[in-house]
Amino acid sequence: MRKVPRKPIDVEKIRKDFPIFNQKIKGMPYIYLDNAATSQRPNQVIKAMNDYYQMYNATIHRALYELGEKATDAYEESREKVAKFINASPEEVIFVRNTTEAINLVAYSWGRSNIKEGDKILLTVMEHHSNIIPWQLLAKEKKAHLEFIDIYDNGLLKMDEFEKFIGEGIRFMSLVHVSNVLGTVNPVKKMVDYAHKNGVLVLIDAAQSAPHMPVDVHDIGCDFLAFSGHKMLGPTGIGVLYGKRELLENMGPFLGGGDMIKEVHLREASWNEIPWKFEAGTPNIAGAIGLGAAVDYLNNIGMENVKEHEKELTKYALDKMMRIKGINIYGTKNVELRGGVISFNLGDMHPHDLASILDNEGISIRAGHHCAQPLMDRLGVVGTARASFYIYNTEWEIDYLVNSLEKVREVFKV
Amino acid sequence: MGNRLSSKLLGEGKGGIQGMSEIYTRMIIDLYRNPLNYGEIEKPDIKAKDTNPICGDIIEIQIKLNKDIIKDVKFNGKGCAISMASASLLTEMIKGKSIDESLKMDKNDILDALGIKMSLVRLKCALLPLRTLKMGIYSYLGKSDKV
Repeated sequence: MRKVPRKPIDVEKIRKDFPIFNQKIKGMPYIYLDNAATSQRPNQVIKAMNDYYQMYNATIHRALYELGEKATDAYEESREKVAKFINASPEEVIFVRNTTEAINLVAYSWGRSNIKEGDKILLTVMEHHSNIIPWQLLAKEKKAHLEFIDIYDNGLLKMDEFEKFIGEGIRFMSLVHVSNVLGTVNPVKKMVDYAHKNGVLVLIDAAQSAPHMPVDVHDIGCDFLAFSGHKMLGPTGIGVLYGKRELLENMGPFLGGGDMIKEVHLREASWNEIPWKFEAGTPNIAGAIGLGAAVDYLNNIGMENVKEHEKELTKYALDKMMRIKGINIYGTKNVELRGGVISFNLGDMHPHDLASILDNEGISIRAGHHCAQPLMDRLGVVGTARASFYIYNTEWEIDYLVNSLEKVREVFKV
Repeated sequence: MGNRLSSKLLGEGKGGIQGMSEIYTRMIIDLYRNPLNYGEIEKPDIKAKDTNPICGDIIEIQIKLNKDIIKDVKFNGKGCAISMASASLLTEMIKGKSIDESLKMDKNDILDALGIKMSLVRLKCALLPLRTLKMGIYSYLGKSDKV
């Protein structure tokens, strides 16, 4: 990870890089507060992908001509950028479609050959469906069991439960770094350390952390880590799985096909080296190149500065939003323990009605279960409204949100 | 930004909060707070439950028949103002009708009753009760060999 001096980020300058903010939606400036779902993309990322398609479009690794080599270099250079971004080696970085595919890869490839009947897999109640379903499928197939760490009402994990589960014998743990609903930042380093002392491997779902704060796989110590490009200024359809080399070397392939092989005979084959063993077929070349450009963009700002900016915004928003009569904000109010995601409900209003009204105000927020239905059940709600921030969001946008919420409250007589 | 907000608060905006009253009419908000025919029926002849997977909204419709006529109807569940208002109005409309007549109801009957226009996403909310009703009636007809 590159060291950049700590300084407040220049939002005015940043916003100019994002063409989507140069247009009006319903005649109004666009207020985008659904960054936990997907971020917007700067010109630099769009241009990097355009350049590939317009100037050196070719398949990688096999094309024996100049443009093919150029495309291969750009694709592998992106892998190196991503590796540096999370402090990993390039061979430990596998390009996939998204976080979901990364977790499925581990559940399928590592899980199928290592999880046995009666084994226990530990998750938490705050997981996204993408970190539940792959393990449900695996558990069903292997007759294994799933255990779940509960949360306190303030949205923090019950650490005594975590230690109890680990003590009772767990084979594998998969947990989210930052909750996409509560914003809770889980103490992953401490948890990985404790799990390892008890021989438990750990996957970290970094979909909501890698875009927003420094993430260092060696510091965390995790065995696997997954995240998506499109939540961190990159394009859709490209994501990353990090895996420790010694684990990846011993894992069987995920998808079979071209590029992932060394030698193919009619009835048997041998596999390519890592990471290509896990990248079957023509990959998302433009996507990888775009993600490389997104990493460059974030590095120029500095991830510490990104984190600080969002912390300031979250603190500002919590302060203002807590004053709205009838509002219920979920998760801890301590900004040291949470990321820039604020889930809330307003009186007896359904979150969908809330989001519809704000949409008419030119404000995009998310409403619903956020692909975390078990967590909604745990919170005892049908859904929540959710505002989530990124580098281009400002305090005046939050003021506008708060003022609109006040007005909504009046219309609905909350 | 300040101008945009103040003009809205003064009611000069075209869409926005002022425009919201076009969708969130007094009737819809009232029906959300005080739904009609909300509850359960003892030993219903028709019972159907459905959800909107996008938002997790859930609705159950229960019907008591007198031959083919809907003698009583109730609904329960959780949902947004649009789906709750739609369920209230739908249950009012079908009370006393035959199940055949009820099956002929469509999207336009619901939208006319609600008196609003809406986006495709919200249309799913508005039509959830009707879809649930039809599912229940068809399932009843199937079981009683009437089709």
